[in-house]
Amino acid sequence: MSILHTVNKSPFEKTTLQSCLDHASPGDAVILIEDGVYGALSRTEASERIAARMNEVSFYALGPDLLARGVANGSLAEGVKVVDYGEFVDLVAEHEIAQAWL
Amino acid sequence: MSMEEPEITHPDVIKKFMYVNRRAPYGTVYALETLEVVLIGAAFDQDVSLAFLDDGVFQIVKGQDTTQIGMKNFSPTFRALGDYEVSKLYVEKESLEERGLAPDDLLEITYEDEDDDWAEKPSIRIVDRTELTKIMAAQDVILSF
Repeated sequence: MSILHTVNKSPFEKTTLQSCLDHASPGDAVILIEDGVYGALSRTEASERIAARMNEVSFYALGPDLLARGVANGSLAEGVKVVDYGEFVDLVAEHEIAQAWL
Repeated sequence: MSMEEPEITHPDVIKKFMYVNRRAPYGTVYALETLEVVLIGAAFDQDVSLAFLDDGVFQIVKGQDTTQIGMKNFSPTFRALGDYEVSKLYVEKESLEERGLAPDDLLEITYEDEDDDWAEKPSIRIVDRTELTKIMAAQDVILSF
């Protein structure tokens, strides 16, 4: 049973992303949304934590939330895939469970 | 029975007001509401400055485009602060670095210096944590939401 985890809090303000990563199993997917997309910035502690799980967990970030915050593709951590709303829906449908880390 | 005179602060006293911004712009309404308070407060002719630290630095990142999330992009409003004589925007260097950001990633915000023939000058001043600590200590009022 693979899980799609959603993270909507900034990793610089809350421990939400860390808790998610600590509870994600190999084969799961994590999508960063709302303020959670700041976790996709490169050259940060959060991006190092994501890189450490990259081989077994898929990482996505919601494009419209990145655009809103002025976070350009160039400054994103390697391996984080940018998706639109439609692809977000597909991810929800592809996984048995969606878990919202709030 | 005599009425007591209410105590009134002398209108000519100018105090140093600092607004502390520590929140990212769109996940909560705090950043937008703080900016509203700053603009309202600007009518009172005080010595106003803004501090951006922690996730607050994300408020003034350039290139914000909110068309796909259905919210107002209020970042251009920061560029109007100069017209309200709010010309001191202190940005904490360490907060930028922790977020992988550089001064070049920030909005261009300027003001016209009336003491220097209205020369256009940058409002953003990058300061380190030690300097910001001292600037905070020199305020009369600090507001944080």
